[in-house]
Amino acid sequence: MTLLLIVLLPLLAGTTLTAWVGRRHRTAAALAAAVVTAASWALLLAQAGTVWAGQAVQFSLPWVPDIGLTLGLRLDGLSLLFAGLITTIGLLIILYAAYYLGPEDSAAKFYAVLMLFMAAMLGVVLSDNLLLLVVFWELTSVSSFLLVGYWGHRPEARSGARQALAITGGGGLAMLAGFVLLGLIAGTFEISEMGGRAAEIQADPLFVPALLLILLGAFTKSAQFPFHFWLPDAMAAPTPVSAYLHSATMVKAGLFVLMRLHPVLAGSGWFEGIVSTVGAVTVLFAAFVALFKHDLKGLLAYSTVSHLGLVTCLIGLASPLAAVAAVFHVLNHATFKAALFMVAGIVDHETHSRDMRRLGGLWGLMPWTGTLAVIAGASMAGVPLTNGFLSKEMFFTEAVSAMARGWGVWLPVVVTLAGLFSVAYSLRLVHDTFFNGPLGEVPNRRPHDPPAGMRAPVVLLVAAAVAIALAPAAVAQPLVEVAAAAMLGAPLPAFHLAHWHGVNLPLAMSVVALGAGVGLYAVLMRGRRLHRMVSEDWFGRWMGRHMFDASVDALFGAAGRLTAALENGSLQRYLAWVIGAAIVVGAAPLVGEGLGAGSRALLPANPLALVVWLVLAATCAVLVAAHHWRLQAVVLVGVVGLVTSLTFVSLSAPDLALTQLSVELVSTVLLLMGLALLPQRTPRESSADRKLRDAVLALAGGAGVAWIAWLMLTRDHASISWYFLEQSLPAGGGSNVVNVILVDFRGYDTFGEITVLGIAAIGVLALMEGMRVRRAPVDEAGRRWTFAHHPLLLRVAANVVLPMALVVSVYIFMRGHNMPGGGFIAGLVTAVALVLQTMALGLSSSESLLRSRGGARYVRWIGAGLAIAGLTGAGAFVLGRPFLTSAHGHPHVPLLGELPLASAALFDLGVYATVVGATLLTLSVLGNASQRGTPASQEGKGC
Amino acid sequence: MSGAVLAFWGQHAPVLSVLLPSFTAVALLLLGDQGGLSPQGGGHEGQRLAWRRRLSFASALLGLVMAAALVARASSGELQVYELGEWPAPFGIVLVLDRLSALMVLLTYAVAVPVLAYACGGWDTHGRHFHTIFHFQLMGLSGAFLTGDLFNLFVFFEVLLIASYVLLLHGRGGARLRMGVHYVVLNLTASSLFLIGLAMLYAVTGTLNMADAALKVAALQGQELRLAQSAALVLLVVFGLKAALVPLYFWLPGTYAAASAPVAALFAIMTKVGVYAIVRVHWVIFGIDAGQASLTVQPWLLPAALLTSVLGVLGALAAHTLSRLVAYLTVSSVGTIVAGVALFTPQALSAALYYTLHSTVVMAGLFLFVELAAAQRGVTGDRLQPAPQVHEPVLLGVMMLFGAASAAGLPPLPGFLGKVMLLQSAADLVARVWVWTVVLGVGFLTLLGLARAGIILFWHVQPADGANPAGRSARLLAAPWLFMGMTVALAAAAGPVKAYTDALAQQITDKRGYAGVVLARQGGPDQPTTRPYDGRRAPTAPAAAPSAPDTRQEHRP
Amino acid sequence: MLSMEWLVATGIGLVTATGIYLLLRGRTFPVVLGLSLLGYAVNVFIFVMGRLWTDAPPILVGAEPVADPLPQALVLTAIVIGFATTGFVVELALRSAHESGSDHVDGHEPGVRLGADQRGDGGSA
Repeated sequence: MTLLLIVLLPLLAGTTLTAWVGRRHRTAAALAAAVVTAASWALLLAQAGTVWAGQAVQFSLPWVPDIGLTLGLRLDGLSLLFAGLITTIGLLIILYAAYYLGPEDSAAKFYAVLMLFMAAMLGVVLSDNLLLLVVFWELTSVSSFLLVGYWGHRPEARSGARQALAITGGGGLAMLAGFVLLGLIAGTFEISEMGGRAAEIQADPLFVPALLLILLGAFTKSAQFPFHFWLPDAMAAPTPVSAYLHSATMVKAGLFVLMRLHPVLAGSGWFEGIVSTVGAVTVLFAAFVALFKHDLKGLLAYSTVSHLGLVTCLIGLASPLAAVAAVFHVLNHATFKAALFMVAGIVDHETHSRDMRRLGGLWGLMPWTGTLAVIAGASMAGVPLTNGFLSKEMFFTEAVSAMARGWGVWLPVVVTLAGLFSVAYSLRLVHDTFFNGPLGEVPNRRPHDPPAGMRAPVVLLVAAAVAIALAPAAVAQPLVEVAAAAMLGAPLPAFHLAHWHGVNLPLAMSVVALGAGVGLYAVLMRGRRLHRMVSEDWFGRWMGRHMFDASVDALFGAAGRLTAALENGSLQRYLAWVIGAAIVVGAAPLVGEGLGAGSRALLPANPLALVVWLVLAATCAVLVAAHHWRLQAVVLVGVVGLVTSLTFVSLSAPDLALTQLSVELVSTVLLLMGLALLPQRTPRESSADRKLRDAVLALAGGAGVAWIAWLMLTRDHASISWYFLEQSLPAGGGSNVVNVILVDFRGYDTFGEITVLGIAAIGVLALMEGMRVRRAPVDEAGRRWTFAHHPLLLRVAANVVLPMALVVSVYIFMRGHNMPGGGFIAGLVTAVALVLQTMALGLSSSESLLRSRGGARYVRWIGAGLAIAGLTGAGAFVLGRPFLTSAHGHPHVPLLGELPLASAALFDLGVYATVVGATLLTLSVLGNASQRGTPASQEGKGC
Repeated sequence: MSGAVLAFWGQHAPVLSVLLPSFTAVALLLLGDQGGLSPQGGGHEGQRLAWRRRLSFASALLGLVMAAALVARASSGELQVYELGEWPAPFGIVLVLDRLSALMVLLTYAVAVPVLAYACGGWDTHGRHFHTIFHFQLMGLSGAFLTGDLFNLFVFFEVLLIASYVLLLHGRGGARLRMGVHYVVLNLTASSLFLIGLAMLYAVTGTLNMADAALKVAALQGQELRLAQSAALVLLVVFGLKAALVPLYFWLPGTYAAASAPVAALFAIMTKVGVYAIVRVHWVIFGIDAGQASLTVQPWLLPAALLTSVLGVLGALAAHTLSRLVAYLTVSSVGTIVAGVALFTPQALSAALYYTLHSTVVMAGLFLFVELAAAQRGVTGDRLQPAPQVHEPVLLGVMMLFGAASAAGLPPLPGFLGKVMLLQSAADLVARVWVWTVVLGVGFLTLLGLARAGIILFWHVQPADGANPAGRSARLLAAPWLFMGMTVALAAAAGPVKAYTDALAQQITDKRGYAGVVLARQGGPDQPTTRPYDGRRAPTAPAAAPSAPDTRQEHRP
Repeated sequence: MLSMEWLVATGIGLVTATGIYLLLRGRTFPVVLGLSLLGYAVNVFIFVMGRLWTDAPPILVGAEPVADPLPQALVLTAIVIGFATTGFVVELALRSAHESGSDHVDGHEPGVRLGADQRGDGGSA
C-alpha cells in the first residue's frame, strides 16, 4: 500500500496541489512540490530497512486481469537505488528551480508537470508488471514532452519536444510490443515471476523478436546511438529539467529496464552482443562529439549520452562485477552530472550566455561556482581520487577482462579512447568557462555567485560525490551491493570499492587517457582553434536531427499527396467506388461456380409483355442518350414508372400497382416543380473515358442484377409466408394479406416507415427555410410552368375531382384490409387530388392553401398521424399486450361491406394522416420557395 | 405504484427505448418550432424554446437511465425477446435484448446526453426542429440496435439515416450543403444495395429473422450457398460505407468536418452502427461456425480494415484543419475496430467492442473540443496555423491532452488498454504480424499528427488580438469534459467492462442458444420455420394463442 | 421460347444499368433521376424474389393459390421510403444549387478549385 502511495502522492496530490496554488503564489507551488516529494521520499526510506535485509516489498492490485495488467509494484535494491535518486535529486531540483524560473514563467505549469513526471518515473522503477511499466514509461515520454516544450514560444523548444516525444514515444510502442510478446511467452506479466525461467523463455522462437523490440525501446529512451540525437535537442528545456530528466533520471529509465530484465534477457548471447556493442559505439562517438560542442549544455548532453553508453556497455558485458560497476556508475553519474547541469544553469542565469566561445574567466567573478565545477568536472573526467574515477576504473577493468571472454582487443582500445575524449571535454568545460582569458562578449558582463539557495543543491550533490570518493566502501558499497544483487537476481561475489588496485592494465589505460586527453585539449586550444571548429558541418545532412526532420517532412508530404489523390472531393468518383465495390465483391462468390437456371417451371411470355419490354428497352436507351433534356427525361422516367406498375399489376400485386401509380404522380409533380428552379439542360461535360467507365459500371451492374434475378426466378423457394396465408384471416382479421402484413404482422415496419416519411418532410421544411427563388415564368422552350388562364375545364375538373377524390380515398382506406387499398394509398390519393387542384389553380392562387403559415398546418398533421399510429400501438399496453398488438371485430356496413373495426384501422388512420401531411408539406415548401416575380431574397441563407 | 411501473418496464423494456424518443419527437413536433432565430420569434418564442429544451433533455436523461437499466438486465445473460404485435418469431418482428444491443443503446445515450446539453448552448436555434430530429435520430439508432429482424434493421437504418441527413444540414451553409449532397446520394445508393442484399437473402433462406437466418445459412450448400454469400458481400458494401471502410470512407472527413459540432459528435456513433451491423450479420450469421458459409467476408474485411486504419491516420497527418484531423482519426479508429471484428474470434471481438466504446466517446469529445478551440482562436478558426492563444489554455489543453493521448493509444487511457487487448487477442493468429504492425504503427503516426496539432494550437501562438468571448460558457465546456470523464472511467473500470464484452462475445457466439430463445414460441431451433411456397393455404390452423410476452432464461445446451 | 422470367430479369437489368449510368452523372438532376430508376429496379427485384405469379393476388377469397405476400409488403415499405427520400433529395438539390450557384454534385462548376478549408471546413459557425 505504501508503495502505491509513493507513486500516487505526486501523481494526484502533487499535480493538483501545485497547479492550484501555483496560480496564486510561486514559492507556495515550489513548497507544495517539495513537501509532496519529501513525503514520498520518507515513505521510501521507511521501506529501506526491509530491502537492506535483502527482501523485497511487494504490492499488487488487479486492474484489468483479463490482459494481465495489474497494479503490481515491487521495491527491491535496484528500484530503491533509482527511486532514491529520483526523489532526492527531485527535491534538489525543486529548490533550484524556485530560483531559476523567471517571473514570467508559470510556476503552476512547471511544478505540476514536474510532479507528473516524478510520479511516472517512480512508477517505472517500482513496477513489477510489464504492462504497468509501459503505462508509466509512456507517461514519462508525455511529461518530458511537456517539460521540454515548457517554453513553447521558442521554435527550438517546440521542435525539441516533438522530436523527444516521437523518438521516446515510438520506442515505447516498440517496447510495448516486446513486452506483450515476452508476457505471452512467459505466460505472465509479473517480472518477479519470470526470474527463474530465463532458459525456457529464451528457448521460445519469439524470444529474439521480443528482445529486439524491448532493446529498441530501451535504447531510444537512453539516447543510445543512433537514437542519441533527441537528447541534445531536448536541451531547449529549462536547465532544471535538463538536470533532472536528461541526466539524472529519465534517460536512465532505459538502463533501468535493461537491468530489471537482466535475469530474463541476459545469457542468450543476443543480449550481450547487441547491448555492449551499441554501448561501446555510443561511449566513443558521443565523447568525441562532446569535445566540439560550444554550448555548455550541448557539451553536457553529449557527455551524458557517452556515460549512458558506458553503463549500457557494462550491462552488456553481463558479468557480476560489470553489474556492480554499472549500478555504481549510475549513482556517480547522477551526482556529478546533475551538479554540472546546475552549474551550467547558474552560468546561463548570470551571464545570459552558454556559449563557451564567449565565456571564460569566470573564476574570478564566481569562485563558488567555479570550485564546484572543478570538482564535478574532475569526477566526470575520471581523475583519480574522484568517485567518477572509481566506476570508470571498474569499467576499464571489465573491458580488459572481457578480452579474455573473446571480445578481442578492440573493446579496451575503444574505452581508452572514450576516456581520452572525456578527459578532454571535461577539461574544456572547466577551463573554457572559468579560465581561458577574460570574459567575452556576453549580455551580462557583471555575473556573480548565485544566492545560497540556488547554490545549495550543487553543493549537496558535489558533497555527495566527494563523500563517495573519500569512503566508497562505507558510503556507497551497501547500496550498490543490494542494487547489483537485485539486478542480477543472484548473490554477488565479494568485491571492494577502492581507489588502489595496484599497478595494472586498467590503471595504465587511465593514465594514458588522462595524459593524452590533456594533450589533445592543449593542441586543439592553441590559438583557440577549437572555437572555430563547427562539428555540425562535419556530419552535414547525416546529423540525426536533419534526418529526422527530413523523414517527418517526407512523411507528411506523402500523406498529403496521397490523401488529396484519394479524397478528391468528387462524388462521381466515390459513387463509382461504391458501385464498383458492390459489383466486385457481389460477383466474387458467383463466378466460376457454374451457376445456372433452376428447375422451376417458367411462365411463357405473352406478346403484350414483350411489347412492354421493348418499350422499356427503348425508353432506357433514349434516357441514356438524351437525358440532357431534363423535361423529356422526367417524362421518360415516368414511363419506366408506369411499366413498373404494369409489371406489378400483371404479376398479381394490385396493391403495389396502386401505390406505385400514386407515388409516381406525386414524384413527377415534385420533379417538375424542382426542375422549374434548375437549368433546363444538363451540359455535356463528361469526358469520353469517364463515359466509358460509367458505361462499364452500369452494364456490369445491370447484368449482375439481371443474372441474379434470373437465377432466383428459375428456382422454387421455401419461405415463412405460409404462416401469413394461414393467420391473415383468423388472427389478422383481413383477407388482403399484404395489407394485414403491413398493419399487423409487420406493423412495426410501417411504424418506422411513416416515421421516415414524417422526418423527410420536416427535414425539407428545415432545409428550405428562408429560401426564395425567382422562377422564370416559362421554360426555355417557351412553355409556361403554370397555366396562364386556368382552363375552365380543368378548374371544374379540379373542383369536382377534389371531393370525389376524398370520397374515393375514404373508400380505398376502408376496404384496404380486405381488398387492395389501405391508409397509404388513400393518403396519396387525397394528396394527389389537392395537388391536382394546385396545378389547376396555379401555384400563386393556391399558395393560400399550401403556404399555411410555413407549413405549420401540415406539420401538425404529420405529428397527429404519427401520434395516432404510435398511441394505437401503445394502446395494447393497457391490455398488458406488447406494442402494436391488434384487436378487431367485423360489423357489416352496407356499401362498404365488412368494415374492419380493427385497431389496425386506427393505426392505418395514422398512416393516412402522416402521408397527407408529409406529401403536402413537401410540395408546399417547394411551392413556397419558388415564387414567380418576387425578387430572390437571401434571408436565412447560411447561418 | 413503483412496483407497477417496474413490472411495466420489465415487460416492455426493449420497445420503450424506441418509443420514448419517438413520442418525445412527436410531442416536440406538436409543440411546434418556428425557428428560434426567425423574426416572428419574440419572447414568446423564447419561452417555447426553453420548454422544448427542458422536454428534450429530460427525455434524453430518462433514456440514459433506461439504457443503463437495459445493460444491467442484459448483463445477467438473460435474453429478452419482445414480440411486436404478439406475433412469434420468425413470422412477426421481434426485438431482442442481449448484451450487445443493450451496450450499443447505452453507448448511444451516453453520447447523446452531453451532446444535447452542448447543443442547448445555442446550436439548436440555428434551424428549425433540431430537437425533434435529434430524438428521431435516437429512435432510429435504438431501433436498429434492438431489432432482431433483418428487414426491420433496414427500416430503422432509414430512420436514422434520414434523421442524420437533416441533422447534418442543420445550420445549412455552403460546405454543409455540398457535403450533404454527397452524404445523401451515397447513402441512398447504399440503401438500394441494402434492399438487393436483403431480397437475395430472403430468396435463398425464405426468412427475415436474424436468428432463423443464421440457422438457415449455416445449413446452405451448393449454388444457394453461393447466392447467400453474394448477398452477404453486397451487404458488406452497405455496412462498409456506413462504417467508413476502404474504399468507401471518402465521404466521411468532409462530411464530419462540415457538420455542426454537436452533430459531428453525435455522428461518432453513426460509424459504429455500420460496425454493429457487420457484427450482427457477418460475424454471427456468416461468421463463425456457419457451416460452409463460415468466414464469408474475412478475406475482404481484414485487409480493408487494416488499410482503412493506415489511410485514415495518413489523412490525419495531411489535415489542414483540426476538424478534418479528428474526422480522419475517426476513420482510422474504425479501421482498428473492424480489424478486431475481422479476426473472427470472441476474444478479438471483445477487444474490438471495448475499443469501440473508447473511440466513440473520445471522438465525440474531440469534435466538441475542436469547435470550442476554434471559437476561442477567433478568425483562424480550427485551421492548423499559428493563431492567438485560446482563452482557457489549461482547460482546453488538458482536454486535448486526454483526447489525443487516448486516441493515440497512450497509457493509461482506454485507447492504450484497447490496443493491448487487440494485440493479445491477435497474438496466436496467422494475421498477427499484420495486425500488430498496423496497430502499433498507426498509434505512432497518430502520436505524430496530434503532437503537431497540439503544438500549433497551444505553443505556436501569436499575441492575442483583443478579447474574444466566444466558446467560453461553462455549459459548453462541460460537455466535452463529460466525455473526458467517461474516458477516464472506461480506463478505471476496464476490468469489469472487459468482462462484460467477453461475456457478450460468448453470448452472440452461441447461435443455437440465441435461436432457442428467439424461436422458442414456434418450437425452438429444430422446428422448421419455412415451407416450400406453393401459394396454397393449409387447412386453417387456430390463431397463435396470445400468451404473456415471454422472457426466458437463455438456455445453454 | 421466351419466358416472363427472362423478360422481367432483363428488364430489371436494363433499368438498373440506366439508373447507375444516370447516377454517375455530374449534375444533381440526372442523379436524382438515376436514384428513382434504381428505386424502380430494386422494388421489382424485391417483388420478384417471391417468384412470378399471374392472376393470383394475395387476397384470400376461395382456395386458389396466391402470390407470396411477404415480398409485396416489403416492397410497399420500400416504395414509401423511396418516396420520402426522393422528396428530400430533390429539395436538397435545389437548396444546394441555390446556395452554391451551381447544380453540380460537388457544389461548384468543374475546374473551379476550392481551398482546403472550404473543402472541409465550415463546421464552426
